[in-house]
Amino acid sequence: MASLIRCPHCGARPKEEFTIRGAAVTRPQPDAGEDAWYAYVYLRDNPMGPFDEYWHHTSGCRRWLVVSRDTRTHETYGVRDAAAVAGESRS
Amino acid sequence: MTAYRLGQGGRIDRSRTLGFTFDGTALSGHPGDTLASALLANNRLLVGRSFKYHRPRGVVAAGAAEPNALVTVGSAGRREPNSRATMVELHDGLRAESQNRWPSLNWDVGALNGFLSPFLSAGFYYKTFMWPASFWEKLYEPFIRRAAGLGRASYHADPDRYEKVWAHCDLLVVGAGPTGLAAALTAGRAGAEVILADEASEPGGSLLFDSASVDGQPAGQFATQILAELATLPNVRLMTRTTVFGWFDDMVFGAAERVSRHVSQPLPGQPQERLWRIVAKRAILATGAEQRPLVFPGNDRPGVMLADAAVSYARRFGVGVGRKVAVFANSDAGARTAASLQAAGINVVALVDARVGHPAAVTVPRIFSGGVVSGTSGSRALGAITVRHAGGEDRFEADALAMAGGYSPRIHLACHRGGKPRWSDAHQAFLAPEGLAGLTLAGSAAGARTLGECLSQGAAEAAAVVADLGHTGTAAQFGAVDGDVPEGSVRALWHVPGGKAFVDFQNDVTVKDLGLAVREGFSDVELAKRYTTTGMATDQGKLSNVNAIGILAEARGVSPAEVGTTTFRPFYTPVSFGALTGSSTGHHFQPVRRSPLHGWAEKHNAVFVETGLWVRSSWFPRQGETHWRQSVDREVKTVREAAGLCDVSTLGKIEIFGADAAEFLNRVYCNAFAKLPVGKARYGLMLREDGMIYDDGTTSRLDENHFFMTTTTALAAGVMNHLEFCAQTLWPDLDVRMASSTDQWAQMAIAGPLSRAILQVIVDEDLSDENVPFLAAKTVSLFGGQLEGRLYRISFSGELAYELGVPAGFGEAVADALMEAGEPHGICAYGAEALGVLRIEKGHVTHAEINGTVTAEDLGFGRMVSQKKVDFIGKHMLEREGLVDAERPRLVGVKPLNPEQSFRTGAHILAKGAEATLENDQGYVTSSAFSPHVGSTIGLALVTRGPDRHGEEVVIWNALAGETVPGVLCDPNFVDPSNEKLHA
Ligand SMILES: [Zn+2]
Repeated sequence: MASLIRCPHCGARPKEEFTIRGAAVTRPQPDAGEDAWYAYVYLRDNPMGPFDEYWHHTSGCRRWLVVSRDTRTHETYGVRDAAAVAGESRS
Repeated sequence: MTAYRLGQGGRIDRSRTLGFTFDGTALSGHPGDTLASALLANNRLLVGRSFKYHRPRGVVAAGAAEPNALVTVGSAGRREPNSRATMVELHDGLRAESQNRWPSLNWDVGALNGFLSPFLSAGFYYKTFMWPASFWEKLYEPFIRRAAGLGRASYHADPDRYEKVWAHCDLLVVGAGPTGLAAALTAGRAGAEVILADEASEPGGSLLFDSASVDGQPAGQFATQILAELATLPNVRLMTRTTVFGWFDDMVFGAAERVSRHVSQPLPGQPQERLWRIVAKRAILATGAEQRPLVFPGNDRPGVMLADAAVSYARRFGVGVGRKVAVFANSDAGARTAASLQAAGINVVALVDARVGHPAAVTVPRIFSGGVVSGTSGSRALGAITVRHAGGEDRFEADALAMAGGYSPRIHLACHRGGKPRWSDAHQAFLAPEGLAGLTLAGSAAGARTLGECLSQGAAEAAAVVADLGHTGTAAQFGAVDGDVPEGSVRALWHVPGGKAFVDFQNDVTVKDLGLAVREGFSDVELAKRYTTTGMATDQGKLSNVNAIGILAEARGVSPAEVGTTTFRPFYTPVSFGALTGSSTGHHFQPVRRSPLHGWAEKHNAVFVETGLWVRSSWFPRQGETHWRQSVDREVKTVREAAGLCDVSTLGKIEIFGADAAEFLNRVYCNAFAKLPVGKARYGLMLREDGMIYDDGTTSRLDENHFFMTTTTALAAGVMNHLEFCAQTLWPDLDVRMASSTDQWAQMAIAGPLSRAILQVIVDEDLSDENVPFLAAKTVSLFGGQLEGRLYRISFSGELAYELGVPAGFGEAVADALMEAGEPHGICAYGAEALGVLRIEKGHVTHAEINGTVTAEDLGFGRMVSQKKVDFIGKHMLEREGLVDAERPRLVGVKPLNPEQSFRTGAHILAKGAEATLENDQGYVTSSAFSPHVGSTIGLALVTRGPDRHGEEVVIWNALAGETVPGVLCDPNFVDPSNEKLHA
């Protein structure tokens, strides 16, 4: 796993400053139905390859980020503010 | 073998003498010695016993790869087991002890294992200790543990300080031998920020004992000259005694600097060790190559050592490893070794070259071309060797044998990030993976075989790196190298058949063991490693792995390339727990959080308890109270009858602002918040998305767009993270911002029927029930306008109660004023214990009940859960079958039938007369306390259909404590069920 994370707000910081929540899954709409909610709460992929995760810069700017990394090569190829990502997916 | 100090030579300071002890015997050496060189100079050849067979063992190497000479140095808290004598720098007063022997090194009972060796072969542990399983704990494990007697850790606390540091550079050069020096010089001259790290005490690597010369200067002098120039470059940092132990992602390297290990105790202001994390734009591995032992019968006898070690002891430490030294090699390294030893004045009696037709350019009494050493003899050390050659066998006296089995480039770091080494037939060795981003290898680590190649490669690699980083510079040029003897062709000689030939010295793995592993189906390199334990000792097979792979390859009839290597992982050499822990020990293990009212509590004689990071006041003993229950009972009664003051500053506090703050709260709480009026507080219940309760607390609306949330102490940080997650990722379109203010407010609860009168003394506003009704929340003026505070009429005890928040710095003064105002009313300070009793009496829940398995309905909050809201966190999983099951354990009170009897938290509830079985388990006690109000122990419990069973007799069963108590289920609200006192 990456040793340094390039926070879009703070620059390259050691991974110890961050808290990893897990897969960056999108919360379903309230009326999405039982199956969608069950999948959101309980079902997770464990991909070998590209993976988007929610990381919190807990000991830094306290922003939630979407860290895109490759679980095979450990390459981190994108770190974006989660609010910006949410905005993109909505528009 | 008779080792001795040479009359001259070496880099030791012969003008000074250092005293040290080995197994209690006083010995001496010189500054510049390692423990290993000093022991050899004193002719102490036997330095340890091997792991399994307890065979006598001597020094094999001169550096980090040493498998045999593991000793315990220091005493008490500074006792360091499994130290490699080859890496321990001699200092005055050093105390060293051998390991793995009993009762003494010379007479060791465990050596009997040697006679049992037919039974201790590969897989012995797996085969012998398999069954019966019940024998494990009592017989097998203690036996193995006692027998596996490498060094023992100290029971004393380590008195020394350790620290952790980050460093950043353009280029990290690992290894300060010829290659590393050339690289650092090139990059340093070009102006790059360079860190040059070397594990040894003195930089120079092989230059410190190489007999070649550069530009007419002896190698050692050449090193000194380069180091002098490096010292003038402020952009080059040389770090000695620093082992780069790992290459991690994003070009972060781990390094352990042994700052003070070379002296008996750390220098003033210095730590014992320092753990570095080095972020480098580029790195060059100039780690050199490891000479391999040869595997032949009797190769573990003290006196048999690596050829380069023998040369190093002679030329660097001024020690002759024997009076009659034989050399055994499969390359020109044999002749080179013989010549170097002779040049140092050492008597070389034989040169055994496994190759045919490579005439040696040295004069030695016996030269065997195409010969192998087929046996050794001697009681505790080498006395004679047998050479097998085309003409038969020769046996002759030799007290030391220098062996040269080829070189294995030290590629460990290059493989730490998953790259696989590749076999090179030309080198008869594994080379680093190709195409590593950011890291290159140079010199012997890359397979170079001469000093000249090392110098030019180091300089060239560094020149390429600095150019890549945008600096201008050229590769450093050096004069001609003279006396550089290349290794020449290497004959693959993985082992010499015959008697017991050791592959892994530290774990006592023989050729036979590897053969057995192959025959029994464990020929895969990863399996063979685990089956035979080869390469699994503290040296991680630095000397043995490649030989083991060669032997496996031979046995399978394939190339070593096909066998492959096991995985290289950090750490390169063992790193102390002290270094990894750094300063996080004792009181510094974690931060201590003290409430702003800590000083106030101390004045009232508080007994403190650590809860998480917090130090909380537990109870406040008064004169004559000898048992905590006396204090707690008094505090509880005083609150119920008069008034008490409790520090609740540890509760999490979050200020929430924004035009959408109300909507936001409406979505994170399961109950309604959108219409909470300004000036009002409300109890809020936060769920997880799976429908279980996450946390609770009160949130007050201080202004239209300003809310103040409190959380439980335990989840203050968790709730803050959760709210930020919700605001930033789920609903970034909401206008809401939040900040933790836990540390900004001193918060105190003033509870009891007389609390209003007491509070009124310091609060300027009228506190009547009309003006400040239950659940009022407002900013108030204190002390005639001197201070502002926030007043909340909320109650955890069920009494008339308030919480008052004031800026943290004023906390103690305000608490003092309240105690003074309350004095005539009989106020007391009460702590977390009394708070717990008061809330249990009132049936209020904490995280003892909110344990991650309960729903709002389970705790009697079902009606709070909004049916109107379209969405809130946790709404969508609530209707699941299991969550609406009528049989779910739900909150209920419980008390003993006989008030004289008590029970504890964790006890289980059984129906009256039911047998204590898992099927009959109906729930358990989550909280319990002695209630002065009820006059007996009371409890809160989660019991199947609990709320429907008030009045039912049950059994409170606790097998762990041996208690079976008849009890009765009841309303969890034991005090003032109609809440008259609350609304007074
Ligand atoms: Zn940040």
